[in-house]
Amino acid sequence: MTQSTPFFSLRGICKSFPGVKALDDVQLDLYPGEVTALIGENGAGKSTLVKTVTGIYQPESGQLMLEGEPLILSSPDKAREHGITAIHQETVLFDELSVTENIFAGHYLRKGFFSTLDWPTMHKRAQQILESIDAPLSANTLLKHLSIGQRHMVAIARALSFDARVVILDEPTAALSHHETQELYAIVNKLKQAGCAILFISHKFDEIFSIADRFTVFRDGKYIDSGVISEVDESQLVKMMVGRSVDQIYPKVTVALGEEVLKAENLSHPTEFDDISFSLKRGEILGFYGLVGAGRTELMQGLFGVNELMTGRVSIEGQTVSIKSPAQAIAQGIVYVPEERQAQGAILDLPIYQNIGLPQLSKVNTNGWLSNYAEYQMADKFAHRLSVKAPNWLEKVENLSGGNQQKVVIAKWLATLPKVLILDEPTKGIDIGSKAAVHAFMSELVEQGLSVIMVSSELPEVMGMADRIIVMHEGLNVCQLNRDEFTAERIVSAATNGRQESA
Amino acid sequence: MDNSRTIPNTAQDPDNTLNNSTGSAVSKLPSTSIKQRLMSWEFFLLLITAAVCVANSFASPYFLDPWNLSDATFNFVEKAIVALPLALLIICREIDLSVASIIALASVAMGYAAQWGADNTTLLIIGISVGICCGLFNGLLVTHFAIPSIVITIGTMSLFRGLSYILLGDQVLKDYPAGFDYFGQGYVYWVFSVEFTLFLALAVVFYLLLHHTNFGRRTYAIGKNPTGAFYSGINVKRHRLLLFILVGAFAGLAAVLLTSRLGSTRPTIALGWELSIITMVVLGGVNIMGGSGSIHGVFIAVFLMGFVTFGLGLLNVPGIVMSIIVGAMLIAVIACPVLLARYLQRPR
Repeated sequence: MTQSTPFFSLRGICKSFPGVKALDDVQLDLYPGEVTALIGENGAGKSTLVKTVTGIYQPESGQLMLEGEPLILSSPDKAREHGITAIHQETVLFDELSVTENIFAGHYLRKGFFSTLDWPTMHKRAQQILESIDAPLSANTLLKHLSIGQRHMVAIARALSFDARVVILDEPTAALSHHETQELYAIVNKLKQAGCAILFISHKFDEIFSIADRFTVFRDGKYIDSGVISEVDESQLVKMMVGRSVDQIYPKVTVALGEEVLKAENLSHPTEFDDISFSLKRGEILGFYGLVGAGRTELMQGLFGVNELMTGRVSIEGQTVSIKSPAQAIAQGIVYVPEERQAQGAILDLPIYQNIGLPQLSKVNTNGWLSNYAEYQMADKFAHRLSVKAPNWLEKVENLSGGNQQKVVIAKWLATLPKVLILDEPTKGIDIGSKAAVHAFMSELVEQGLSVIMVSSELPEVMGMADRIIVMHEGLNVCQLNRDEFTAERIVSAATNGRQESA
Repeated sequence: MDNSRTIPNTAQDPDNTLNNSTGSAVSKLPSTSIKQRLMSWEFFLLLITAAVCVANSFASPYFLDPWNLSDATFNFVEKAIVALPLALLIICREIDLSVASIIALASVAMGYAAQWGADNTTLLIIGISVGICCGLFNGLLVTHFAIPSIVITIGTMSLFRGLSYILLGDQVLKDYPAGFDYFGQGYVYWVFSVEFTLFLALAVVFYLLLHHTNFGRRTYAIGKNPTGAFYSGINVKRHRLLLFILVGAFAGLAAVLLTSRLGSTRPTIALGWELSIITMVVLGGVNIMGGSGSIHGVFIAVFLMGFVTFGLGLLNVPGIVMSIIVGAMLIAVIACPVLLARYLQRPR
């Protein structure tokens, strides 16, 4: 392996969003002709890094250097000018345009006095690029006729048409078949030979080991370590990914579990998940862990009656129930705090008290007439219980912080006195303080006999709060672990590989 | 842009200063301050309406005559009766452009029923039933097939109108039984016509429905965020279907009143009314994108439009010029708060 100087490097990059520090003093080096794998859990800051490097986000501090020269990327165009391109998981291309047009969109070749578009040259050039990566495509084909794998080739050809020197592949294989993945590897090797510096982002260790030369690990927006891939093994990488500082203490209380509240049998969906069975006892917190796209959210939405295509049997306290709509789920005592808080969880433009009252208007106002007073009283009780911070409950939810919005959504559901509370990524994008409040509150709820299902992509959260964890991988239940069996390595390897390893 | 159309207020409301300490929220329901009420869109509309009245009474000595005013209401109450349920539908993020065509179809049905000897009560029932069927048809297409209502009701606008032409050709139906003219021409007391009294009563009913019932609250919730409302357990499809039926029923009622007032049915009846009705709703402060608006706003807007047209009529302004003025008024009145907001928010 050539030990050259880095071609492109980042030092001390910081980027924060309201309530979250997405990147905290991170560094990264890319070398010409080498593939560097960027490894980290969901939320480790990988996507933010890609957006920073491609000029979509501006870092608050830190420095980018290309060939030793400081670089400021004020816009995506600037990044492209410097030969930095990214190929995303879901490629952003135009369905109704030809391959050539897709490759040259935004930087058309022109000719002549009136600088008209030079289609013949562009076609020829597009075909050359496609041949150079052995893509068996005609440049005249419309994009909509291509498979996902072929679209990736077009995206790569587009990257090459910019004379790319730094290529970022953001989970490029997520949607590819095995064969297409092999083709992608061949292309990556060609890019390497051409001297490009490649950043390869993936969750899959087998891919990382077969294609990467180097690795860099991020965790919680911080740089952890980097090195040469041949000098580490999988278990070392997993440790770096999940290793935790000891100061994170979760307010877990051990509650004596009661009788079975919810039983789900053979829950299946045509495309999202298959044959999932589990049960939930009174006072239990059941964690669902998995990578993004493992089918967890879809499963929960199925339980809540949103996902009409779900089949299988759900029983509440021994009674088989049919849940075809959220209204029916609420009536059966199942409530769902969605991941998409702003779109699905709350109605931002309504006051806090009206949000809390919404699911049970007909219970508060039995005769159909609104009693703002009764509704406000009820909301007041639950908003206080969750210590929502607002001047009064007339405040619109949109004026609250993310954490307080989440508290309003939870208050809304608690007011319905549910049996099962489903929390989908309950602490995503909220500040540390609200996070702790939500965790403490979960403990309080199970003590009072509620059962909680918690979907989370944050490993410490699941390990800290759950009594049991179900790990899902590509729509399947990989394994079920009790609290005494929890180890970070076991959970992560089950989620990434889809197979259970002996402890 | 702000969803609710309130007059911008740069000076922070002292009652509303953010006090972020926990538990500061009082458990009793804080009431809306008088200042907030005075800054509302409805109050702004009321001022303009008053100004129009004053201007009219100076421009023509005949304006303030009670009988003249009463006659003037005939020109807009039928539209206004449809505007009430349509306001709810638009708040709910749907629209019905076929209302005028529903009026035509219902009128044709009544015309034929009258020819075959139906009595007045039967005619009333037929008019409203045809409206309900048309509304149900619109609503089922929109909710069941999840096609945007603007597309569906542009289609049914032509469909219902076309049906009226096919059924009637170039005929005129005017064999209405004796006493049928009461709906559109009768008076309840002094200058208060049946139509106008009915409108006043319905305005109160719709005010209570939108602002004081669970149904009204759900209408706003759906309009502000349909997905969020669905996830909160509201049956969004059924709610919207009901509103389409309601709009249809009131278009049917408007057909009864209009047919009774004219005493005849032609296929061109109520042609182009859908736009005047939507204008009333939008002028009343209902956000065309849904989620906000009020019945009192629509109520005032109805009179504003009515008085402007009436005043211009007294001044012998021709119809074409009148529609130019109404159009300009709509744009000006709606642009005003937006421009004012931008002016006030400009850095100084």
